[in-house]
Amino acid sequence: MTLLAVERIKLFSTRSPYWCTALAIAMSVGFAALLAANADQVGVGLTQAGTRLALVVVLVLGALAVTTEYRFSTIRATFLAVPGRTSALVAKTAVVALVAGVIGEVAAFGSWAIAKVIKPNADLAINTGAEWRAVAGVGLTFAIGAILAIAVGILVRQTAGAVAILLVWSMLAENLVGLIPKVGVKIQAWLPFMNADNFLAVNTPSAGEVEATGGGVVFKLSQWGSLAYFAGIAVALLVVALVVAKRRDA
Amino acid sequence: MIQAVRLRKHYGRTKAVDDLSFIVKPGRVTGFLGPNGAGKSTTMRMILGLDTPTGGDVTIDGKHYTELKQPLRKIGALLDAKWVHPNRSARSHLKWMAVSNKIPVSRVDEVLEIVGLTEVANKRAGGFSLGMSQRLGIAGALLGDPEVLLFDEPVNGLDPEGILWIRQFMHRLADEGRTVFVSSHLLSEMAQTAQDLIVIGKGRLIAQTTTEQFISDATQDHVRVRSPHAVKLREILAASATVTEDAVDGALVVHGLPAPRIGEIAAENQIVLHELSPQRGSLEEAFMQLTKESVEYHAH
Ligand SMILES: Nc1ncnc2c1ncn2[C@@H]1O[C@H](COP(=O)(O)OP(=O)(O)OP(=O)(O)O)[C@@H](O)[C@H]1O
Ligand SMILES: [Mg+2]
Repeated sequence: MTLLAVERIKLFSTRSPYWCTALAIAMSVGFAALLAANADQVGVGLTQAGTRLALVVVLVLGALAVTTEYRFSTIRATFLAVPGRTSALVAKTAVVALVAGVIGEVAAFGSWAIAKVIKPNADLAINTGAEWRAVAGVGLTFAIGAILAIAVGILVRQTAGAVAILLVWSMLAENLVGLIPKVGVKIQAWLPFMNADNFLAVNTPSAGEVEATGGGVVFKLSQWGSLAYFAGIAVALLVVALVVAKRRDA
Repeated sequence: MIQAVRLRKHYGRTKAVDDLSFIVKPGRVTGFLGPNGAGKSTTMRMILGLDTPTGGDVTIDGKHYTELKQPLRKIGALLDAKWVHPNRSARSHLKWMAVSNKIPVSRVDEVLEIVGLTEVANKRAGGFSLGMSQRLGIAGALLGDPEVLLFDEPVNGLDPEGILWIRQFMHRLADEGRTVFVSSHLLSEMAQTAQDLIVIGKGRLIAQTTTEQFISDATQDHVRVRSPHAVKLREILAASATVTEDAVDGALVVHGLPAPRIGEIAAENQIVLHELSPQRGSLEEAFMQLTKESVEYHAH
C-alpha cells in the first residue's frame, strides 16, 4: 500500500499524466462526436472508434511514467528509497494501469454519451453483452496496454525509443503484417493489439463470412480469450522487464 | 560502519574499482579522496546497491544496502543533485521519499527548514540553481534522520558561499555524532572537513589514515636536484636518503637530506649540479605526487 501511495504521489506531481489524460479523453470523445454528426447510421460500436486512438495516448503515458524516471535519474532516487526494485516497479505498474483503466472507462462512456446527445434517435442503447463489452471493456484494454507500455519503457529506458516502438507497433506494424501474402492474416490473429481489437468488436465475422468478403483475420480465440492473450503478452513482457531491471545497474 | 572488502567493479575492460578494501568509522567525517575517474562515484553507487559489484562486498553495519528495510532512516545519500524531476516541486519530491520509508510527512517541512528552502518548497525543482538543488539533495539525505550520510562531491560547481555552507553543514552533522562519508578530488577541501581519509587512485586504495597523518606525511620537505651525473649521484644519495625521480623532467627528488648537505656530498664526489632547490610541498602538490601513477587522464 505504501508503495502504491508513493507511485501515486510521483505520477500526479508531474504534468504529463494530466496532459495525456486530457488528450486521450478529448480524442475519443471528439472523434465520437464527429462520427455521430456525420454518419447516417450510428451504432454502439461506432461510437468507440476514437478510443483506439486514445489507447495510443495511454501507451505514451505508460512509457513516459518510466522513461522520465530514467531520463532524470529519479529511478535511482526511487531505488535508494525502495531497494526492492521489483516491488517498486510493480507498484508503479499497478498505479499507472489503474489510471489507464479509469481513463478508458471515461473515454468509452463519454464517447457513447456524446453520440447519444448528438443523435438522440439512433439506436444507441447498450443492451447486448457484445455492446457492454465494446464500451465497458475499453478500460480493460487500456489498463493492459499501460502494463505493456511500462514493460517496454523499462526495457528501452529512453522516451523517444520506447514511444517510437509502441506507436509504430500498435498503429502500423500490426496492420502491415496483413500485407504479407497468405500467412500475413494468420500471423495477425496472434498479434497483441489485433487481439485487443477483437475483444472489443461488436460483430465478429465467422471464418466463413471472412472467406466470403475476400479475406481478413480469423481469430482462433474467443473474444475473452483474445483479452486474456493480450494480458498474457503484457504480463510476460513485464516479467522480462522486471528481471532485467533487477540485474541491471541502475 | 561502512566496510568494503576486496570490492571490484569492471565496466568492460575499465577497472573502475579494483580490489578496494576500507572501513568508514562511525561518528567521524571520512574523506574519500581521489582524482577524476578514480572510482569514487562508482564505489558510492555500490555502497548504495545501485550498481552490483563485479566482485567483493560492501556492507553497512554488516548488511547490504538492499537488505535494509527502510534505508533512508539508516543512511542518507546525495550522489547527484540533479536526480529530481524538474517539474516536481521540492515538497512533492521529498514527500514521496518520506512516504516510501514511513517517515512522517511533517518531517518534509523540517528538512526544508534546515536547508533553507522553505520559501521555494512549492516551486518546481527544475528552476533551482545548482546551490538550491544541492540543498534539496541534502534535505533528501537528512529526511530519515539517518546516522550515516554519504555525499559525492557536494561542493562541485558551487560558489564560495555555497561551499562554505556545505562545509559548515558537514561539521554540524559530525558534531551531532553522525558518520559522514564525503568524496572530493581536492585534498585542500578534505583537509578542512575530514578527520579520516581514504585515498584512492585508478580504483585502488592508496592510503587510509587520519587527515593529520596524511598531510604531515605528504607535505614533507624535499629537494630537487638535477645533474648530468644523475645516476651516480642517485646511488650515493640513496645510502642516506630516499631518492625518487620527477616523472616530468627526470630531476631527482630527495627526501631526508637538507640542500646544503646534498651540495657537499656532490662536491666531495666531484659531481656537477645543474639544480639544487629546496621545496616545501603544498597540500595539492603532495596529493598529486601521491596519486600521479594512478591518475586516469593526464593533461598533456
Ligand atoms: N556506467 C559506466 N560505464 C562505463 N564506465 C564507467 C561507468 N561509470 C564509471 N565508469 C568509468 O569508471 C571509472 C571511474 O569512474 P567514477 O565516476 O567512479 O570516478 P570518480 O572518482 O567519481 O571521478 P570524478 O571525480 O570525475 O567524479 C572511469 O574511468 C569511468 O569512465
Ligand atoms: Mg564522481
